[in-house]
Amino acid sequence: MIWNEERETMADGKKKELQTDLLRALIERVYEKIPFYKKRMDEIGVKPSDIHSIEDIVKLPFTTKNDLRENYPFGMFAVPLSEVEEIHTSSGTTGKPVVGGYTKNDIEMWSEVMARCMSASGTTKDDIVQNAYGYGLFTGGLGVHYGARKIGATIIPISGGNTKRQIMIMQDFKSTILTCTPSYSLYLAEVAEEMGVDLKKLPLKAGNFGAEPWSNNMRREIESRLGIMALDIYGLTEIIGPGVGNECEYKNGVHICDDYFYPEIINPETGEVLPPGEVGELVITTLTREATPLLRYRTRDITSIIPGKCECGRTSTRIQRIMGRTDDMLIIRGVNVFPSQIEEVLVDIEGVEPHYQIIVDRVGALDVIEVQVEMNENILSDEIKDLEWLENRIKDEIESMLGLKVGVKLVEPKTIARSEGKAKRVIDKRKI
Amino acid sequence: MKIRQISVFIENKVGRIKEITDILGENKVNIRALSLADTSDFGILRMIVDDIEKAVKILKDNGFIVKVSEVVAVEVPDKPGGLAKVLDLLVSNGMNVEYMYAFFEKPEDSALLLFRFERPDEAIELLTKNGINVAGEDKLGVH
Repeated sequence: MIWNEERETMADGKKKELQTDLLRALIERVYEKIPFYKKRMDEIGVKPSDIHSIEDIVKLPFTTKNDLRENYPFGMFAVPLSEVEEIHTSSGTTGKPVVGGYTKNDIEMWSEVMARCMSASGTTKDDIVQNAYGYGLFTGGLGVHYGARKIGATIIPISGGNTKRQIMIMQDFKSTILTCTPSYSLYLAEVAEEMGVDLKKLPLKAGNFGAEPWSNNMRREIESRLGIMALDIYGLTEIIGPGVGNECEYKNGVHICDDYFYPEIINPETGEVLPPGEVGELVITTLTREATPLLRYRTRDITSIIPGKCECGRTSTRIQRIMGRTDDMLIIRGVNVFPSQIEEVLVDIEGVEPHYQIIVDRVGALDVIEVQVEMNENILSDEIKDLEWLENRIKDEIESMLGLKVGVKLVEPKTIARSEGKAKRVIDKRKI
Repeated sequence: MKIRQISVFIENKVGRIKEITDILGENKVNIRALSLADTSDFGILRMIVDDIEKAVKILKDNGFIVKVSEVVAVEVPDKPGGLAKVLDLLVSNGMNVEYMYAFFEKPEDSALLLFRFERPDEAIELLTKNGINVAGEDKLGVH
């Protein structure tokens, strides 16, 4: 369901005019109000008057997460705090968190884009939205809240956790839309099964799942275990929180609300802009954000723009599901490799979330890559030939996916070091 | 008449088998028969033990990956040509042996051999029909 026909199905020419007007106003604003951007632009000799159309965006400097850290907490604000209605931050597991400010108009814009995202999963004013994203500094809870309120749906602001109560409320209040992380939805399914509740028999019909990367395999699992349509919602605290974009019912890429968030794909090494279809780093400019506008923010998310139009009728730019982070990207013999690609092969073969580690080394002048896969009870056999067959199958499938020779080694569990609960997926031993 | 066997996945690292035998020993689990199959990277340690449930639990608690499968224990006359005769029968009837190993018992006039067949039920039927004894778990001291 399309929330805003006029904006979401706008013709390309008209969209470009709108983006141009918004970009020019944005540049004036950030140049005047944010010393960081004035300095950056002066350094590279770009004046607001040099920006004549949206295509001129390539003249503008990038913004990185490090820039945000260095200007913590309010150095990137373009308005005085008296005009800021709300402040959110990233979880900040590494160092200082990222701070986002929201003026009244920013909150209105956030409500609008979230209403679009939730309409895409079929949410209407007659729906009951069980919002299991955490409420608080995290953007997930309130982002969904504002979108659902804009639509006029009934909101259950249950927040995260207390899983048994989630299931009780889901049954008793007859929730129809679920919003949470994809992994939490599967945990809900697991607990429901333990409680003897069949989620497939409940009125639940769809969900917007995001805030962490997930795969199509995981989508299939969520859809079959919960009996719903599971769509990917994309966003990041730096830009707005959830609401940057969402999949539609065709599940063929995330539609970016590009009248508010202008997307580009760049080569993360050179900064050069790449054409649709090519994989690189997603860069976003917040065209209308008032409190914390960002020019060409490097999201570090790896994806590509999908060429062509979607069958749903929206004309917005679509991006592929996020394939990984530039931080995780490996360049092996000139080929870009993402751990998520290897993970996908393993999920297909093992049918479960795999434990694995990628070891990269340089032997002579040649990069070599070994994938260590932890043994588990599902794949153990008492016969060597079965395990050798498994090793070869993993090797063949990874090789055909990456176009690279790899080594595969089955290892005992827990030999793969885990740091802070998260597995360290890549060990790069190359001395370059 | 099948015997439950425990298979444990191990990497080819110094001391791994000793670690497993130590864990079982400390927990008073007796290993009745044992065989190791390996490649250059990993191995599968297969064992018949007297207390399977206990062995599986303590090995899992110690982080090992364990699988229980079934093998067939065949009594073979302990004299030259004893095994050859059994294998003849199996081969001529198209019974594929995936792997096999011996079970050591105090001197008796027959030896026990553990077979992993592709089609165990057919193999058992063939052997017993031809007067060859297939032993149960009690004979191997499994309880």
